[in-house]
Amino acid sequence: MSKYLVNKFLFTVDRDPELVEQYREDPRGTVAWWEQERANHLLSCTTPEASTWLAFEDHEREALATHDHVALFELGAHPFLTLTLFIAMFERDYDEPLGYQLRYGEALKHLSLPYADIAT
Amino acid sequence: MAELVAVIASTHHPFYLRASTATGEERPPFADEWVRKVEGFRETLTKANPDVLLMVGSDHFHQLWLDNMPQFLVGHAEQYDANWYNEEREFGLPRMHMRGDRELSGYLLREGLDAGFDLAFSNELRIDHSVTCPIITLRPQNDLPIVPVYTNIFAPPLPQPKRFVQLGQAIRQMVEAWPSDKRVAVIGTGHLSLELGGPRQFGPHGPDPEFDARAVEWIASGDLEGCLSEVTLDSLHAPGNATHGFMDFMLMMGVAGEGRKADYVDTLDLFHTMEAYFTWYPNGAPA
Repeated sequence: MSKYLVNKFLFTVDRDPELVEQYREDPRGTVAWWEQERANHLLSCTTPEASTWLAFEDHEREALATHDHVALFELGAHPFLTLTLFIAMFERDYDEPLGYQLRYGEALKHLSLPYADIAT
Repeated sequence: MAELVAVIASTHHPFYLRASTATGEERPPFADEWVRKVEGFRETLTKANPDVLLMVGSDHFHQLWLDNMPQFLVGHAEQYDANWYNEEREFGLPRMHMRGDRELSGYLLREGLDAGFDLAFSNELRIDHSVTCPIITLRPQNDLPIVPVYTNIFAPPLPQPKRFVQLGQAIRQMVEAWPSDKRVAVIGTGHLSLELGGPRQFGPHGPDPEFDARAVEWIASGDLEGCLSEVTLDSLHAPGNATHGFMDFMLMMGVAGEGRKADYVDTLDLFHTMEAYFTWYPNGAPA
């Protein structure tokens, strides 16, 4: 399980406007680059310091690489992180207010409580 | 001793600023009523004439992250920058700046630790919309120093609901025992039923109007016992996956006191979630 790392991806991409665009345009390439270059970077250090052991599991990497927010929800990614990043990437493609958000929820309609555990 | 002049609890809807300032076709049909309700609510703080605002909120993964997550944190800075890039992007919130009150921060940290709360602190806390939204609604002139108190309602494992109540009770005792002549208002924001990123999000009402009605009754009547008997970390998933923010309302019920009826109660049924506004005057309503 590497829910923490999935959340770290969503968290760090959401905070960087250039990465948001890069992930929108090239999700698979961005995920591969991020896992190679950024996954182990310790966020709380001012100089480059890194862990040595963080990596996605295959199904997590695939869910991120395919923008599959339903799979991310089912895997227990933090829903606030997924939602805000995906709004940033895709809300612009819809004309009506909340158009994307409503479709986002609709895609999850087959799910019922209890939802996947989001504890890391 | 300091005087606790108002205890205020509300939701923090980040779309209020955009809705209330929109004009023409951009202005949503519910904006005028929303503005009227917020302006009435604002008056309850203005009347109390506070000198300092102790503000309870929750970071939304802006500065506090899963590599080092505090459960309860007191801001200990002279100044606070506020709002973040993704809040500008998503809600149209502006960057803001607030003065802090380090004397009250330091006092709360020392007394809170001695009272058994292992409080974290931050000397450089950039606050987010859980605190700036109530500034925008309740004190738009943004002229008072603040002390932010952040709770974790967001990243499991979370503290139990009763711990939020206990911290609220301790905050009340600490403020009233503070050797200062300042007039303190405690303002906290949370959620009623709310779903974000799940199948029930962004409906025409909050995801669970029944829970909202019960919650408003608990808060308005100060029914801490009834609330604690029904609300658990597990039960809060049922009204919506982001409803754990209700524990910040429970903290404010702790500040207000068991059985203390709110002096001011108002609600507004909006898409997505119900807005709710409560004010208590511990020493009686100001003239």
